[in-house]
Amino acid sequence: MSKRIGIETSLAIAETVKLVNVDVVAAYPITPQTHIVEHIADLCANGELDAEYIPVESEHSAMSACLGSSAGGARTFTATASQGLELMHEVLYVASGMRLPIVMAVANRAVSAPLSIWGDHSDVMSCRDTGWIQVFVENGQEAVDMTICSFIIAEDPSVLLPFMINLDGFHLSHVIEPIILPDQDEVKAFVPDFNYKYRLDPHNPVAMGDFATPAIFTEAKWANEVALTNSRAVINDVWDRFYKTFGRKYQAVETYKTEDAETLLMTMGSFSETAMTAIDAMREQGRKVGLVRIRLWRPFPFDDIYEAVKECKNLIILDRALSAGGPAGPVASEVKAALYNKSVKPAIVSIVGGLGGRDIHVSDFINMVDIGEKAIKNNDIKPFEIYGVRG
Amino acid sequence: MAKSENELTWQDLEPGCIVTTPGNTTDYKTGDWRSQRPKYNLERCLKCGVCALFCPEGCINKTPKGYFIANPYHCKGCGICAKECPAYVITMEEES
Repeated sequence: MSKRIGIETSLAIAETVKLVNVDVVAAYPITPQTHIVEHIADLCANGELDAEYIPVESEHSAMSACLGSSAGGARTFTATASQGLELMHEVLYVASGMRLPIVMAVANRAVSAPLSIWGDHSDVMSCRDTGWIQVFVENGQEAVDMTICSFIIAEDPSVLLPFMINLDGFHLSHVIEPIILPDQDEVKAFVPDFNYKYRLDPHNPVAMGDFATPAIFTEAKWANEVALTNSRAVINDVWDRFYKTFGRKYQAVETYKTEDAETLLMTMGSFSETAMTAIDAMREQGRKVGLVRIRLWRPFPFDDIYEAVKECKNLIILDRALSAGGPAGPVASEVKAALYNKSVKPAIVSIVGGLGGRDIHVSDFINMVDIGEKAIKNNDIKPFEIYGVRG
Repeated sequence: MAKSENELTWQDLEPGCIVTTPGNTTDYKTGDWRSQRPKYNLERCLKCGVCALFCPEGCINKTPKGYFIANPYHCKGCGICAKECPAYVITMEEES
C-alpha cells in the first residue's frame, strides 16, 4: 500500500531511487542537492538499497562514472546543482551523444560569482542544448512521480536518452511536505527492468563514444535529435499510464484558469504554486488572468505552448535566470522564437526575477501582471524587465 | 560497414553511433590526411610482419605473396612502420 507521509522532498527523491531499484549511484555532494545523495548513501549503507554507491572526487567524475555504469547496463542515478552541474557540463553531452539513459536530479541553484547557495535557474539554463530530456517539477509529490516515470522514459528502447529532473533548490529541495510514496511492489510492477541491448559485454564486444569524421557527424547528431523529439510520444504515454495506475495526471504544459483570460502569466518550477494563488486573488477582483506552467522543457513543447497562449492578448513570462547580454530571459526568448512565425500571437513581456534565492510572493506576481499590462498598453515593451532591483 | 561513410544515412546508424563490428575504422577514408607515404624496397623484406604489429591503425595487410603493405585508403602516413622495420625496407617519401 502507498503511504502518505510528511517528508523532505530531497529524502523523498532518495526513497524513490530505492523504489525503482537503482543499481549504481555516483555523486558528489553540493548544496542544495546534498540531502538527496546523503540519504541514498544511508540507504545503501544500511542495506535497504542494493546498489553500488561510488563516492567520487568531483562532479566531472560523477557523470563520467555514470557513463560507465549505464553503458554496462546498470540503472544509474546521480544528482547535482549549480557549480557541480557546470563542472560536469562537458560530460552531459557525452551521456546524450552515447544515448545512455542516466537519470539526474538537479536542485537548481544560482551560479557564482558572487557566491550564492540559493536557488534560481541559472545553472540548468546553460544545459539547454546538451540533448537531455528535461522537466521542471513544482512540488515534492511531482518530484517523486517524475523520478518514477523518468527511468521508464529514459530507458525505453526508442528513447535511450538521459533525463534531468529540475527542482528548485531550498524552495523545494528542503521543504517537508505530505507526499504519497508508492509501495515497492506497485513501483516494481510499473517500472520494467532495464534491458540495454548494447551494454558492454566481453562476449559481445561493441565500441562506444567513437570518433566521427565530418562525413558522418551530421547524421549522428540528427539521429539523436530525432530520438529526442520522438521521445515526446513515450513521455505522453508513460504519464498517461502513470495517471491510470497512480491517479496523478501530468502534462507537458499545464494551464490554470486560462479560459477567457486576456493576460497570462507563464512560470516554470515551484514558484508556479505561488502564481496560482496570485491568479486566484486577481480573479476575485474580476481581472481576466490565468497561468501557464511549463513542465517539459526539453524536448520543447511547441504545439502545447501555442495552444495554451494563442487566445490571450498579453503574455508575461517569469524567468529565474538572466541571459547575460541576451535578448530576454531564456524561457521568454524561446517562447518568443516559437511564436514568431504564428500569425496570431500575444504581446510578450519578459520578466527576470527570483535570482539567487530571492522570494517571489503573491503580491509580486500581481505586480508583474501590472508591469506587463502597462508596458503593452503604452507600447513600451523592453527586451526584458528585471523585477525588484533596487536603485 | 556495408556502405561507405559518404553513403550512410542517419537511419543506418546504431543508437549513439555504437560500433558493433570490430575493426571498421579501416572503412574510413583517412588516407587523404597523409603528408608522407611509405615506400617499400621489397628486395630487403623479411616478411616478418613487425610493421603490421606496430601500425597503430591496423591498416597493414599481408599480400598473397607474403609481403606486408599499408592500405593507402586508410594509412595516415605516421611513419611508425618505417621506424620499426628491422630490415630498413620502408622509407617515408613526400606526397606529391
